[in-house]
Amino acid sequence: MATNQLRQYITEARKSGMSNQDIIEALTKSGWHVHDIIDIVVDFPPKETGAAVISVRNVSKHFGKVKALDGVTLDIPSGQVIALLGPNGAGKTTLVRILGTLSQPTEGTVTIAGLDVVKDAQELRAIIGLTGQYAAVDEILSGRENLDMVGQLYHLPIEEACKRTIELLKEFDLEDAADRSVKTYSGGMRRRLDLAASLVIRPKVLFLDEPTTGLDPRSRLVMWNVIRDLVQGGTTVLLTTQYMEEADQLAHHIFVIDHGKIIAQGTSDELKRQVGGDVLELHLAEHKQVSQAAELIKSFGSAEPRFDSNTGIVTMSVQGGATVLVDVVRQLDTANVKISDVILRRPSLDDVFIKLTGHSAQ
Amino acid sequence: MANLKTTFSDIGVMTKRNLLHYRRLPQLIIFSFIQPVMFVLLFAYVFGGAIETSSGKYINFLLPGILVQTILFGAMMTGVSLANDITKGMIDRFRSLPMARSAVLAGRTITEMIRNIFVVVLMTAVGYLIGFRIEHGWGNFGFAVLFIALVGFAFSWVSAAIGLWVKNVETAQSAGFIWVFPLAFASSIFVPIETMSGGVRTFAEHNPITYMVNTVRALSLGTPVGNNIWYALIWVGAILAVFIPVAVHIYRKNT
Ligand SMILES: Nc1ncnc2c1ncn2[C@@H]1O[C@H](COP(=O)(O)OP(=O)(O)OP(=O)(O)O)[C@@H](O)[C@H]1O
Ligand SMILES: [Mg+2]
Repeated sequence: MATNQLRQYITEARKSGMSNQDIIEALTKSGWHVHDIIDIVVDFPPKETGAAVISVRNVSKHFGKVKALDGVTLDIPSGQVIALLGPNGAGKTTLVRILGTLSQPTEGTVTIAGLDVVKDAQELRAIIGLTGQYAAVDEILSGRENLDMVGQLYHLPIEEACKRTIELLKEFDLEDAADRSVKTYSGGMRRRLDLAASLVIRPKVLFLDEPTTGLDPRSRLVMWNVIRDLVQGGTTVLLTTQYMEEADQLAHHIFVIDHGKIIAQGTSDELKRQVGGDVLELHLAEHKQVSQAAELIKSFGSAEPRFDSNTGIVTMSVQGGATVLVDVVRQLDTANVKISDVILRRPSLDDVFIKLTGHSAQ
Repeated sequence: MANLKTTFSDIGVMTKRNLLHYRRLPQLIIFSFIQPVMFVLLFAYVFGGAIETSSGKYINFLLPGILVQTILFGAMMTGVSLANDITKGMIDRFRSLPMARSAVLAGRTITEMIRNIFVVVLMTAVGYLIGFRIEHGWGNFGFAVLFIALVGFAFSWVSAAIGLWVKNVETAQSAGFIWVFPLAFASSIFVPIETMSGGVRTFAEHNPITYMVNTVRALSLGTPVGNNIWYALIWVGAILAVFIPVAVHIYRKNT
């Protein structure tokens, strides 16, 4: 059936009162892959393009008295990497679990590709992938058995499931360990297997909760490349992270979340511009002089300086770059505060974060 | 999209996965087997002489009881395994797949039923070595095994509900003992109820385990079955009617 015939079929089926679910079921029975038809069925008759693939409206989630999410609204366009950036306890996992149909919002609605995460959960599960914060793989089974099992639970015919498993094992560099029990895998291998399990059906939308936490720098780069390739192939990826650098490197768009609320959003550059100016970083020879130094240079900054007596570092946002630098150094020299290093740099996302929340992300 | 065919296929995949666990870690079965063997030996040789039964040899009285005790203790495995799957994030993985909602629980309880049949057959073989004899024909004993499997299936769902509710392996284990111990010991498993007195006796007389054990005893020894089998089946039906919906509800809402 060509696309035109498909559209005709859907028109007829709609007229005869079949629900989207019935139509999808009938089409998959006649050999279509859910992935290829879901868009056409759901967006039928076709709307103008550019619509958000994920739309979160006023979502709250309460655990007793704790408001893990407090009125979150966001739209996510398709085919991008979106980062959800926030400190421990910000509500990242809670939001990802709702998007992944594992938990239901207390208030508000979420739709993904036009399907409601509560009402259409079962249909949705056939087009999304979810990799949680902790690897969810069966330790007693082998890597191959894990992937075969997931393939079969996606209702792929058994030969197709096995074929897909072989592809994924290769892609994620797990061929040598394929028939070993997962118990013997390293943390990085488990994470890769976990991600592979979410990719069995080539999901349209993929949710990754802290995909690189606990990975060494090399594995992290591998993971970043995998994510970039997926997006190239048209998948929308929403990932959560506590690492500024990760959001900076990967994400087209960043949502900053804290205490269950979205407190800022934009591209990495847009967010950095909110801080304005440059950041002056002073490393003191005598760590305990930080508060004294901060007091001395306060008048030169565009915001209150911050200091850490453990590292002996004082940071401050400044306007006017080099001139201020000279003034600051002179001032400290006069007061006999020894400086071991001075850095004048563009604001990092970490600075953005501190400006927005008043505390560091890590 | 869940139709009957995919539901059965999902249950099959889950059962296969669980059975693979037992194949990879046979110690899981060995331990659920050593304990009842110890009970048989302990009771048969230590107390055997002191316990009077109407049905002749004490081992003939004891073994049918021990078979029921084995599946009752074994039922705890269901909750423990599910709690383990929750802790390890496996339940989240399954819940994010477009599989039938009931398949995780059905696959688990069916697995435990298969394990129960296996252990019951092994226990009977051990019984034979120390003098147990079937006195009512192999056909009736076959029914007894099926009946025990059904009882085990029902208790599996109780255990499943508890495991899903407490979500923690150790708690699931200790919570299991709370209901399993009184049911096992204040029953006709080890000694005839006539030897008990007071409140314990009243409890034992109405304990579902007593009805179940008496049924198995009747099927293996040919003693009169009376109403025991009907009470036992009513209990099995009631347990299933209450605990399947409860377990499924907790699975949906609470994990
Ligand atoms: N099941 C739950 N019961 C009670 N409180 C919960 C539950 N899940 C999350 N919370 C609370 O909701 C808040 C948000 O938690 P969440 O796990 O979403 O944070 P997070 O941003 O993912 O943090 P982390 O970076 O540590 O993973 C926290 O205060 C947490 O304690
Ligand atoms: Mg989290």
